[in-house]
Amino acid sequence: MRSLPRLRLIQGAGVVAVFAVAIAVPALAPDPATTNIAVFTMMYIGLATAWNIMGGYTGYISLGHAGFFGFGAYALGLLLARFGVAGGYPPFLLVPVAGLLTAVLALAIGWFALRTRAATFVIVTIAFMFMLQLLAENLVGITGGGGGLSFPIPNWSGDFFNTPYYYVMLLLATVGLGASWLIRHSKFGLGLLAIRDDEDKALAVGVPTRAFKLTAFVISATLVGMIGGVYGYYVTYIYPQFVVDPLIGISMVLMVFLGGLGTLSGPVLGALILEPAQLWLAYNFGASRLYLVFYAAVFLGVILLLPRGIVPSALDLLERWRNRTGPPASRPATPATPAKAVAP
Amino acid sequence: MSLLQIDKLCKRFGGVVAVDECSLSVEPGSITALIGPNGSGKTTVFNLVTGFIPKDKGTVTFKSQVIDRMGPDRIYELGIGRTFQLARIFPRLTALENMLVPVRRQGLRALFSGAGWSNEKARAMEMLEFLEIAHVAGKLGGALSYGQRKLLELGAVMMAEPDLVLLDEPAGGVNPALLDRISAHIRKLNSRGITFLIVEHNMGFVMNLCTDVVVLHRGRPIASGKPEVVREDAAVLDAYLGA
Repeated sequence: MRSLPRLRLIQGAGVVAVFAVAIAVPALAPDPATTNIAVFTMMYIGLATAWNIMGGYTGYISLGHAGFFGFGAYALGLLLARFGVAGGYPPFLLVPVAGLLTAVLALAIGWFALRTRAATFVIVTIAFMFMLQLLAENLVGITGGGGGLSFPIPNWSGDFFNTPYYYVMLLLATVGLGASWLIRHSKFGLGLLAIRDDEDKALAVGVPTRAFKLTAFVISATLVGMIGGVYGYYVTYIYPQFVVDPLIGISMVLMVFLGGLGTLSGPVLGALILEPAQLWLAYNFGASRLYLVFYAAVFLGVILLLPRGIVPSALDLLERWRNRTGPPASRPATPATPAKAVAP
Repeated sequence: MSLLQIDKLCKRFGGVVAVDECSLSVEPGSITALIGPNGSGKTTVFNLVTGFIPKDKGTVTFKSQVIDRMGPDRIYELGIGRTFQLARIFPRLTALENMLVPVRRQGLRALFSGAGWSNEKARAMEMLEFLEIAHVAGKLGGALSYGQRKLLELGAVMMAEPDLVLLDEPAGGVNPALLDRISAHIRKLNSRGITFLIVEHNMGFVMNLCTDVVVLHRGRPIASGKPEVVREDAAVLDAYLGA
């Protein structure tokens, strides 16, 4: 128990150091190729963290989050067009509105989808995503259909162009991590973890499972929608098949599984490993879909070697090492006040 | 006035009548046993009372409030806790976290804030001490023995301070030493004012512990009263021995 405050101090210092490095990235490596990797990596940190709030904490695996991503992108694009907002910083101010619109959609989708469980839920979310893709393709008058939707282009220099997007992605990832931390350490989060373990039992001990799942789903989708909006503005032109892309959804899931499902740092680690690797492959072997082979290999590796992901496996190893060298044999109970004997 | 009143409750599963015009009552402060042969509808009655399955007909009233259209979480909130036939705990949460899940918190702010954790953790530790399993507080639920799970499940139900606890076969799969401990814990909790309704096959356990007994057969009560009276009832002997 004595090492616990020291551990927390180390953890805190680690978080501050990582955050400081994240802020310094554009200054340390200002060339556009690197900042482009940084933008996408930060985007996936945010996406994986947001997905984890639903999939990791409740155990409900959504493969349709790419739908919210695309919806957020279209929502921001259409808002910018509707209000005639020019390129520059003002479009970022409308990102929360795109998030809010995504939240409304998630509330409606979640209301129905969360009546199902397990594999059925997975299929319902996939169906929702493809429906959204079809709508984006066919509602030509609104979305531009297969012709795509353009965003205003900021008048920034080439060297600086990526930097504002990077910082907005960093901000959204930080918001996602903050929300994830807050949820994990709250009564609400404990309820979500209880749902993950045994939903009927959670109901039996008073967890309003439907409301909890729906709230987690909406929070998760809202973040994904906002990130989708910034992505649309970054790439300046969006098409249904590229922005409502199942591979975006699968990438989020794979990153979370690789890093550690239901952990705070796992999605960050997963995104930090997979996204730069994928972009490196694209830079070096062309923009083919070769990275899918790499993804498949990683997925197989995770299932066979690290079924719980890197972070939980590493914690297990650490625990075993501590048990061999030191006293505690289990996770600390950390009661805030010493337990008292009960008078019968 | 009865704490729990069940009137003409019915439930069919396809062509099978699981609960048939079942009426019974549970008095406040009692330890009431609901016994009967396998398939007599005991667990179905539990599932109907706690809102896990919808009724076909009938009424369930708890503290003068009709609850038969409410969901399990709402019924729990009103003061009815339950355990399951096979001990169910949250395997990937620690024993202490298992105890904290059922604690009631009102309002959004309370749900998302860490305020109150200290008191709740202290209370959970007290309950674990009371059940003599405080030493496993930091262990994951999945790593506990079956007996420890049974006790943890009972403790977790108590955390929300229910008025009525429904125990589904608390003696099932439990060794005699632990059975005595479970009995003693139920008695102590009962002396603090908690009412129990227990489904159980172990007649020794029922006769020693319970103040009232209701016997179900083919979904309807065939006898009720004090254990020593029910034990001698001809209809009960018929149902159990198939005479």
